Amino acid sequence: MALLEVKNLGISFGGLRAVDGLNMTIEEGSLVGLIGPNGAGKTTVFNLLTGVYRPTDGIIRLDGTDLVGKNPSQICQAGIARTFQNIRLFSDMTVADNVKAALHNQISYSLAGSLLHTPHYRKKEKEIDGRAMEILRVFELDQFAGYKAANLPYGKQRKLEIARALATNPRLLLLDEPAAGMNPNETAELMETIKFLRKEFQVTILLIEHDMKLVAGICEELTVLNFGEVLCQGKTADVLKDPQVITAYLGE
Amino acid sequence: MKKYGKQIIGCVAAAAVYAAVMILVNGGFLSRQMMSLIIPVCMNIILAVSLCMVVGFLGELSLGHAAFMSIGAYSGALILKSGLPTVAALPLAVLVGGVCAALLGLLVGIPVLRLRGDYLAITTLGFGEIIKSVFNAATPVTGGAGGLKKIPPVTTYRNFTFVYILMLLVILLVSNLVKSRHGRAICAIRDNYIAAEAIGIKVSFFKTMAFVIAAFMAGMAGVVYAGNIGILKPVNFDYNTSIEILVMVVLGGMGNITGSIIAAFLLTVLPEMLRGLSNYRMLVYAIALIAMMLFNNSPLKRMLVEKHNMRQAGKIE
Repeated sequence: MALLEVKNLGISFGGLRAVDGLNMTIEEGSLVGLIGPNGAGKTTVFNLLTGVYRPTDGIIRLDGTDLVGKNPSQICQAGIARTFQNIRLFSDMTVADNVKAALHNQISYSLAGSLLHTPHYRKKEKEIDGRAMEILRVFELDQFAGYKAANLPYGKQRKLEIARALATNPRLLLLDEPAAGMNPNETAELMETIKFLRKEFQVTILLIEHDMKLVAGICEELTVLNFGEVLCQGKTADVLKDPQVITAYLGE
Repeated sequence: MKKYGKQIIGCVAAAAVYAAVMILVNGGFLSRQMMSLIIPVCMNIILAVSLCMVVGFLGELSLGHAAFMSIGAYSGALILKSGLPTVAALPLAVLVGGVCAALLGLLVGIPVLRLRGDYLAITTLGFGEIIKSVFNAATPVTGGAGGLKKIPPVTTYRNFTFVYILMLLVILLVSNLVKSRHGRAICAIRDNYIAAEAIGIKVSFFKTMAFVIAAFMAGMAGVVYAGNIGILKPVNFDYNTSIEILVMVVLGGMGNITGSIIAAFLLTVLPEMLRGLSNYRMLVYAIALIAMMLFNNSPLKRMLVEKHNMRQAGKIE
């Protein structure tokens, strides 16, 4: 069975049909791209999948469980994590605390433990510290652990956001324009990171991206959106050759 | 040993302050006026630290802290007046005062904290006025505008130990909470609630939790106030009192517990120290406020903070 199943998904904002009749299945372990011109509804799809918006119609299933109507924190616990197009870090907190905050539901203890710093609290905090540093090390952010997140350079902030999303131990990771604003070197590095974390964390990835080099380089399958509707779906190489996609998005 | 370094310093400092106050009081080094300030300082520290959690860490503006304090004060005062021996009445009053304030905090918090933006500020402002009117109107229980009189003076400077322990407890609980998964959730909500939701934090729940804990602590401070001053009047818990507490938190540098403690101390003692200046008192007070605010935004402070952060960063590596 597919990990994510989306059937006939749609949402209207007043008279505007932002997404209409979206069908999509994502197999466990695959890396799928979602592309399309500006305003096509790509981020809206992410917001629907993560419960920020409630769909007007349609079905979203993650490994068989229905996700429609659940709020973002419940959906996160069900196993979908995301990053944001405009970076949303906890900017006044340290790099380490950003990741530790995401371990909130992974390693848990009671409020009494928090207030009194019981031995159980100490044990669990140690576990959280270890896990957070492990994740930061994967992204080569460990030497910045004590920095305020806002003080990181742009590329590292993007990485930290991915690290934070992964800390929630998701089955499906949604990346919203991970390469936006990056220079070619940073993008190349990011491609390696995505390939690596896919193996390391066994996570299925759906990403929105405008950088075609990155899309062609790592995505196995593509869905192209235009005006809220699916224009084309299939293997990356086939989709990028499709004449409709070329006229609507890629250009001659 | 190194791991507990901070705790040891804290304990030593707490004990040193306690010893110093005891020596000053029992040795007769303090004037009557100064002695009367000891309990208000402790009370204001409790209020400032608890409000610091809501305003500084949770990032929600509450303008009704005095209202929660008044609920604690009245409910605690009724228990103090019930004739129980002080040993039993005082802890019971503090507990009941806290619980009553927390319950009303829950009542206000549940609907309002589901919203985002400035709604909490507006609601708590209105809540404060409502509570004041209720206490004014409920004459048979609260004595109305004439005040609830003859409350046994159980939290004067003679009973400093109890109040001091209460204050330390509040400081300890809040600073512990901040360094935990619950505290990180609260700070995450302040920094970016959308991202906080996206990593699985129940935003409304944690907002309400922090708000209710702060209300509980304000209620306890209210009981201390009641036992110190002996008479409760609704006018003592108006908008100005809430703002005074807020000023302490803002001057302490939002989200800085030590800063809140220092600001609470200074802003309680300063007006009394300036009495000698008679007419110029409020002028100097205002200038002091502006000076503290300027310091908070000065390059000097930024440098100190940066240095502190670098040291912290070094520790983690």
